[in-house]
Amino acid sequence: MSDISRRKLITTGLAAAAGVTGLGVAAGMAQKYGLVPPDHGGIFGAGETLTYASHRLLTKYSLAREFPQSMISKPPFANEMAPPTDEFKRLQAGGFADWRLTVDGMVAHPAAFSLDQLKSYPSRTQVTMLQCEEGWSYIAEWIGVPLSHVLDIVGVLPQARYVVYFSFQPDWWDSIDMADASHPQTLLAYGLNGDVLPIGNGGPLRMRVPRQVGYKSVKFITHLTVTDNLKKFGKGLGSASPESGYAWYAGI
Amino acid sequence: MSESAYIPNVASDVPVTTVAPRHSALVRVTHWITTLCFFALLITGAEIVISHPRFYWGETGNVLTQPLFKIPIPSSRALVPTGYGYVMPDQNGWSRYLHFQAAWVVVLTGLLYVIAMFFTGHLRKDLLPGGGEASWRAFPKEVASHLRFKRPSAAEAWSYNLLQRISYLFVIFVLFPLVIWTGLAMSPAFVSAVPAAVNLLGGQQSARTLHFFVSLALVLFVLVHVVMVFVAGFWSRMRAMITGHVDTKMERT
Repeated sequence: MSDISRRKLITTGLAAAAGVTGLGVAAGMAQKYGLVPPDHGGIFGAGETLTYASHRLLTKYSLAREFPQSMISKPPFANEMAPPTDEFKRLQAGGFADWRLTVDGMVAHPAAFSLDQLKSYPSRTQVTMLQCEEGWSYIAEWIGVPLSHVLDIVGVLPQARYVVYFSFQPDWWDSIDMADASHPQTLLAYGLNGDVLPIGNGGPLRMRVPRQVGYKSVKFITHLTVTDNLKKFGKGLGSASPESGYAWYAGI
Repeated sequence: MSESAYIPNVASDVPVTTVAPRHSALVRVTHWITTLCFFALLITGAEIVISHPRFYWGETGNVLTQPLFKIPIPSSRALVPTGYGYVMPDQNGWSRYLHFQAAWVVVLTGLLYVIAMFFTGHLRKDLLPGGGEASWRAFPKEVASHLRFKRPSAAEAWSYNLLQRISYLFVIFVLFPLVIWTGLAMSPAFVSAVPAAVNLLGGQQSARTLHFFVSLALVLFVLVHVVMVFVAGFWSRMRAMITGHVDTKMERT
């Protein structure tokens, strides 16, 4: 073995060791600063982590584009109809008077809110775009209470990292990190285009996360849980979406 | 003994017949990574389009609005009126995962290639119009011989002609940046931080339509590129891009 190839071998070895160490350090830092998505495993984990991490660094405080009223799409587009569960039909028959949003998990004061209660809180009205991962989109005026306001009322514990939300639609649940949960444009929406939120658009209450594509804006919201660990929910991938092959983070 | 005296000794051990590779290792590796990513992006992009094969101009568009044009294929969503009465299987989950992962790989690979070309002389020597068959004076002759699918001269096994140089520069510095820009302009999170990315294009649906057309332009480039490889001699060109070596005997017959 000549000097040159030995030198090459040592250099390559050192470079590889440095690379592995660097990756390890980067992974540790990413985990610490909340830059790793819950569906980071598997063959698409690297791309998913790069996307989520770079978006978190770039978009933590940025606001989704808002539009003038004149740009609201007419007629309003509803993607799917109401879930045909008996429980939902019973509440609907009663004008949703018995409907409650329950909030629990890592909070100081777990609570249940009626629609009137939610409507009594300071509201936010925003004209934003809803874009589906399929490619279509519409602009609408959304009226609701910022999720952060409800979280302040129940008193989120400092170690909380995610808000998990559940729907009347069976097997449909999702979650967002605290950056999105405390974002001023993340709404628990009860109004659309100056009216009550129609059932077809997710009424009586829909999550609106305008910086992510449509499937994160889950319809028929009924229950929120604040947590520090998504592994406890479903298959531990953060939401029902990765369980059916779709990414947990949908900012792209 | 000084270092400068030592090096010629080493050099003399190397057989004199060794020549520099036709394509550097960096060009070869980035070429094939890009090829792989391109096909991943093309297939997954097509799968995503199938879920809504309608295109619009401006900010918004859905089945209730007038499309700019439709692709006459069945959709993977029952909601889209295609006239086929048939719904294709949904492939969007893995397609989106793979589309974005391949996009990361091709963007990072492309960055490495572009940064390196300024330092290695690849840009100046191989891509910018230069002398011989890569000169502007040879341009009309080049176009004529391409239109006649004439087999290139032996010298072209070692250098890109002018048409090649212009095409490659256009793909690297116009089409690739455009396809990345129009792709990012569709991301609601990215445009929340950089709204100009989508506003300059005239809206999110315009960005999607432009992304589609720039992708078509890239497909057209790849088709012509592959045809040209066949015209020039498939095995010799493949060998040059895989091993870096040109079989001179083969080239000159």
